[in-house]
Amino acid sequence: MSLETRSGSVEFRRVTKAYGPVVAVRDVSFTVAAGTLVTLLGPSGCGKTTTLRLIAGLEMTTSGQILIGGSDVTRVPATDRDVSMVFQSYALFPHMTVLENVCYGLRVGGEPRDRAVAAAREGLALLGLVGFDDRLPSELSGGQQQRVAVARALVLEPRVLLFDEPLSNLDAKLRRRVREEIRDLQQKLRLSVVYVTHDQEEALAVSDQIIVMDNAVIAQQGTPTELYREPASRFVADFIGDANLVKGTLKRTDERLAALRLGGVEFALPHRGATDGEVNVAIRPEAVRLRPADGTDAPLIGTILKAAYLGSHMEYTVGSIIGELFVVDSGGVAAPLTVGAGVSIGFISHGVTVVD
Amino acid sequence: MDRAVLGWAVAGGIAYALLPWYALEDGIFGFGWLSGYPTDRAGAPALVQALLHGRLALLPVAVFLLAPLAVRGVRGAGARPALLLTVGAGGTAWIAVQGFAVGGQPGIGVGGLVVFAALLMLFCVGMAAKGAFNGDRFVSGGIGTVVTLVVVFVFFPVSCVLVGAVEDSSGAFAPSEFWAKLSAREVWGLDCLSSSAGCGVAWNTLILGVLVGASTTALGLAFALIVTRTGFRAKKALRLLTVLPIITPPFVIGLAVILLFGRAGAFTTFMEQAFGVVPSRWIYGLPGVWLAQVLAFTPIAFLVLIGVVEGISPSMEEAAQTLRADRWRTFTTVSLPLMRPGLANAFLLGFIESLADFGNPLVLGGNYHVLSISIFFAVVGAQHDRGRAAVLSIVLLVFTLGAFYAQRRWLGRRSYATVTGKGDAGLHPPLPASVRRLVYATALPWAVFTAVIYVMILFGGFVETWGRDHRFSLRHYAAAFAVDVTEFGLHWKGAAWNSLWTTIEIAAISAPLTAAVGLLTAYLIVRQRFRGKEAFEFGTMLSFAIPGTVIGISYILAFNTPPIELTGTGIILVICFVFRNMPVGVRAGIAAMSQIDRSLDEASLTLGARSLTTIRRVILPLLRPAIVAALVFSFVRAMTAISAVIFLVSANYDMATSYIVGRVENGDYGLAIAYCSVLIGFMVLVVLLIQFVVGRRRLGRRAPTQVSLEGIPA
Ligand SMILES: Nc1ncnc2c1ncn2[C@@H]1O[C@H](COP(=O)(O)OP(=O)(O)OP(=O)(O)O)[C@@H](O)[C@H]1O
Ligand SMILES: [Mg+2]
Repeated sequence: MSLETRSGSVEFRRVTKAYGPVVAVRDVSFTVAAGTLVTLLGPSGCGKTTTLRLIAGLEMTTSGQILIGGSDVTRVPATDRDVSMVFQSYALFPHMTVLENVCYGLRVGGEPRDRAVAAAREGLALLGLVGFDDRLPSELSGGQQQRVAVARALVLEPRVLLFDEPLSNLDAKLRRRVREEIRDLQQKLRLSVVYVTHDQEEALAVSDQIIVMDNAVIAQQGTPTELYREPASRFVADFIGDANLVKGTLKRTDERLAALRLGGVEFALPHRGATDGEVNVAIRPEAVRLRPADGTDAPLIGTILKAAYLGSHMEYTVGSIIGELFVVDSGGVAAPLTVGAGVSIGFISHGVTVVD
Repeated sequence: MDRAVLGWAVAGGIAYALLPWYALEDGIFGFGWLSGYPTDRAGAPALVQALLHGRLALLPVAVFLLAPLAVRGVRGAGARPALLLTVGAGGTAWIAVQGFAVGGQPGIGVGGLVVFAALLMLFCVGMAAKGAFNGDRFVSGGIGTVVTLVVVFVFFPVSCVLVGAVEDSSGAFAPSEFWAKLSAREVWGLDCLSSSAGCGVAWNTLILGVLVGASTTALGLAFALIVTRTGFRAKKALRLLTVLPIITPPFVIGLAVILLFGRAGAFTTFMEQAFGVVPSRWIYGLPGVWLAQVLAFTPIAFLVLIGVVEGISPSMEEAAQTLRADRWRTFTTVSLPLMRPGLANAFLLGFIESLADFGNPLVLGGNYHVLSISIFFAVVGAQHDRGRAAVLSIVLLVFTLGAFYAQRRWLGRRSYATVTGKGDAGLHPPLPASVRRLVYATALPWAVFTAVIYVMILFGGFVETWGRDHRFSLRHYAAAFAVDVTEFGLHWKGAAWNSLWTTIEIAAISAPLTAAVGLLTAYLIVRQRFRGKEAFEFGTMLSFAIPGTVIGISYILAFNTPPIELTGTGIILVICFVFRNMPVGVRAGIAAMSQIDRSLDEASLTLGARSLTTIRRVILPLLRPAIVAALVFSFVRAMTAISAVIFLVSANYDMATSYIVGRVENGDYGLAIAYCSVLIGFMVLVVLLIQFVVGRRRLGRRAPTQVSLEGIPA
């Protein structure tokens, strides 16, 4: 298959979608570059599915413009958009066999029967589904059904492929395997993919770019590393990976850097436009370093409130004057700290970010 | 210019220039119009009518049709849709307005119809182009079509009744006459309380409705309890009861009741011979109508209540028992209260059915007048007072709509159906002994009685003269269905053939139309979101709440004169059936379609299929059971209907039911009952046949019963 030539970009220009008084997507703009995999991530009800359906043409915008491959498709219905979608429920036609399902799009598009069958077989083979042609969807396992759904969308060589929480029906092991399959396929064929999920780990694992949505608007867009390292807001910091949200005192030292005071600890980090004074700070759990208190007056001390042994690492909850901190410690599994122990607290600066 | 616009504009243009604009004496397929074509006044197309025959009001239609072609150069995003909307709305409105305003025109014909449809579709394409209905033309066109049809064939006739009620015989506005007719003594009089004279028809109707509603509910409950809560053996036979009302023309029961209890009835004769009871006409009047209606409508209550009784989660009753309630207390404090909304529902249904019934009061009513009959006689009888018929129709309409409103408003919220879908394991407790005895004592005699009635219907046609001469005879069958083999082929000599063929033809034409309109409407309601959907749904369901008698009179008032002149044709019967039975198709479609996950259609759309393809390849195959239901129901209803039909039949298009009622009125019971048996037998055959043809292809290969219709196959 020669999909690389067909992959197209997706662009939203100030798109709003309202259902009566409910605004599901508010004034959203973003671009998905051709050949990349972009995830839409966010809590339930934030408008991910709506955004995806707007791309597919299953919903029409209330205002704003949608471009696919550079041309305006705002008023083009789903049938004519050249976009395929893999549904959360897979939506395989229960009265058609696997082969008939995969042929469907080609056949309704006017492809002659033998050509459609050949293309469908090729698509099924690509997904490792050989010998299932005459089964009904009800005779397949969940993972196989999911792959049939992908094959069905793929054989049309769409400009954009959409996935709405494709893995939520699968168990944890299978979920990991299938998401890797999807990513491999996407990279192999240079597909443009928009992928909806509310699982941040899944998003971090497969995406070129992540768009975090919150309450109908985009909270932040960036690569997985950017989002993890430099969350723009408390919401993003908390949603992507865990974060301890605390208050600190900031003082700018130059154009880029500032001195941040957390309790008695002071260190330098990028101020990211924040003004001097009290600021919100997000601290990654693994950026907190704990040492048994040794009597010398450490700049920040605390007490272990909870400790959990998780095999590969320890998880602690530590009480301190800046608040309770959730800490992940993968170094000290051999000699864990005990509840009630006093600790001195330090930070690794690249795991600490100023957020607004 | 896109193909749809071009196509509709050209189709409209061709119809305008070539097809006869007006309705033709012997129909478009009579081909008599071809002789004088195209200049002859009757068969001329609109173009010729306007230029040669001075019907200038038709000229502007051409402008509307040409506009989209002439301005194909129009550019700019909003201009084209706006133009289409103007052309479509303007053109259809113009055709309608000139039809009513310009006198001396015949009714609209094929040409006018096609032009109107083309303009309507241009409007719908314009709507879609403006982004309405997700830009989907099929949806837009479907909604446009259904709305137009419902407006023309439901709202327009009903409004004619309303208007007719406030006009005097010359057509002038006369509210005082309306008031006089409405408050007349024959309608609301209460003489029956103080003297032997009868009460007003409104009271009669209400009394009958309440009695029938209460009786059918009680009997229906008894049957439902027997089937679901006892170890009764012949449950299958009882379930058969539920099929009967579907295939029995309503007045057949009345007929059988006469054969039993009439002056020459079997029971009457027996009583006279055994006990010397003098035969009387006691059965004609309230007792007879009540008896016939209860027999006819108990199965409906049974059908409703069986769902209710089964719907009560056994765990509720088991919970009560673990809380130390005995069987009797469980039944009275848990089971019965949970059934209460279902009981109210069954009562209202019985009430409504009784109000709408026409056949039984007609054959058994005697001097006991009810609204449906009074309406009929106001139109066809010596009085010939359409104003009075219209007023009475309004009273009847208010009663039924009120009952429907109560049912939906008041009961809609209090459904205690407790089936959760979480495999409810428990068992319903058996009935307390006293209740069980009571239930058996009511239901079983009644079941026997019903069986006797049907036996009468089957055998009544085979005796020489009912009540006097009970020798076996094929006389009535011969009179009705004799066929001679002559040298020219078969000669259908029997008196019934004519109406039987007409009935089959009309039913066969209207059944697929009903199913199509009903399922299309269901698709739009379930699968599309658009503004005004509630109003759309209400409008399409409305005709269900309108009694047939009212529909009949409204069709006479609306379609007797141009611009839509249909009385005396077969078309009016077909249309009547389609719109009367459509709500059932809609309901069946809605129920079935709600079970098919929406993502299936969306998947099909994103795979590049159009709405129409999606319906054809994905939805329809999954909807087979609903299609069967809609087809069977509309076919059978078209064969058994009487109330609306009796107003609309004509010499050329006589229907079986109205023919039979005619025989009954002449006292020719033998032929009537023979004909009824043939009808019932025929319908059983048809039901089986449709089921066989449509239901043959199974959905799943593995599970022939019923595949899961969700996106994720189970
Ligand atoms: N047809 C509709 N009518 C009215 N409101 C709607 C409709 N569809 C969605 N909404 C609302 O729009 C908002 C966004 O819905 P959407 O389905 O996009 O959420 P989501 O981000 O996909 O959530 P989830 O993760 O739970 O699937 C929600 O508040 C929802 O209630
Ligand atoms: Mg969603």
